[in-house]
Amino acid sequence: MNRGSASASAGLLGLYHPGTSWLHRRGAGSKAAALAVLGLAVVVLRGPLWALGLLAGVVLLAVSARLPLRTTTRALVPLLVTALLVGGYQCWQRGWATGVEIAADLVTVVLAATVVTATTSADRMLDALTRALGPLRRVGGAPETVALAVGLMLRAVPALMRTATEVRDAARARGLERDPRALLVPAAVRAVGRARATGEALAARGIGD
Amino acid sequence: MIELRDATVTVRSDGGVRTLLQPTTCTLTERRVAVIGANGSGKSTLARLVNGLVLPSTGTVRVDGLDTARDGAAVRRRVGFVFTDPDAQLVMPTPVEDVALSLRRMVPAAGRDAAARAVLARFGLADHAEVPVHALSGGQKQLLALAGVLAVQPAVLVCDEPTTLLDLRWRDVVDELLDSLEQQLLLVTHNLAAAARADRVLVVDDGRVVFDGDAATAIAAYQLLMSARPV
Repeated sequence: MNRGSASASAGLLGLYHPGTSWLHRRGAGSKAAALAVLGLAVVVLRGPLWALGLLAGVVLLAVSARLPLRTTTRALVPLLVTALLVGGYQCWQRGWATGVEIAADLVTVVLAATVVTATTSADRMLDALTRALGPLRRVGGAPETVALAVGLMLRAVPALMRTATEVRDAARARGLERDPRALLVPAAVRAVGRARATGEALAARGIGD
Repeated sequence: MIELRDATVTVRSDGGVRTLLQPTTCTLTERRVAVIGANGSGKSTLARLVNGLVLPSTGTVRVDGLDTARDGAAVRRRVGFVFTDPDAQLVMPTPVEDVALSLRRMVPAAGRDAAARAVLARFGLADHAEVPVHALSGGQKQLLALAGVLAVQPAVLVCDEPTTLLDLRWRDVVDELLDSLEQQLLLVTHNLAAAARADRVLVVDDGRVVFDGDAATAIAAYQLLMSARPV
């Protein structure tokens, strides 16, 4: 793979970034389990020191996964801005400790999820989800179908972000960038349209039958 | 073999019922069948019937003896479908993941990635295996959509205007690929050069097959039909 495409593939959250790091070699199930434990730890362990400690740990994980620093950081900018805004508001309302904790927790969880999706191909993710959902068969459920839905949801993140960018550009081209209706309505319509098209494509390809 | 017996398609619309396809009966055994007609004439509805994406409101549609209404999953395993817009077809973010998704039912997990890469190599997309799908050109996307469908070796391939959105160069690439296939091909197209290479051509107008025969006569009939200005 050339360098240009490597950069591009890591440029959006939720995209798989192929590689050979130890995290790429780990099973999808163990990474998903670790992500769930981390989510629990973020809730249980209170205080800014714990929050910053967990964030530092996840940043180290991201570095050890050898994700391209510049493109990954660029993809995280909207999240960082949101964390700053939310954290700033909480600092003002409930004190600096709460503000720092909430902002760090937010970045920790999303960055960890990004590391998992960036180091796990969709195929391996679907296999792991199908295995984990195996017990559904006992109650008449279809683990493959549920796993496919979850896997597609995870992989839809880049597509939704791209849709948001296209809608923003279209609004800007018409001089409507400050009108929330010109952003929200088409974004919602396109997201629903994409969901329908995905369903039709899956049906046409016999996936999920 | 594709068999339509008095197949119709109707939809509820504005409190009434609109007919998208009038009763249609035909048996398609030729290797290359083209469907031509004006926009909104019912070509895509006819194509979708064959894959089971649309079920007949009345009548039956069978592919190699399998009824699309009763044996939908088996029909879709036999009939691949390629959309006009590859963006509607590609559901995974990278080519290798998208082809691997097609191969899930056929290839065990351990060999799936390698098998997906082999498919991409066969279609000249090996260097693009991990490039985000949205970064591919329109032609590369359509080639990838074809790769994903043909990876599972369907007996029949239905293509709904697969070259309409492509430039001339990519149109030729896709046309050459379609010409080289061993599968039975049902090609919905506005490209009369591609239709001229078909063994049999159906002309669809206003929801009914108005001509069914050899390519040269069918194209002449279509051109005559299209000589009237749209109202």
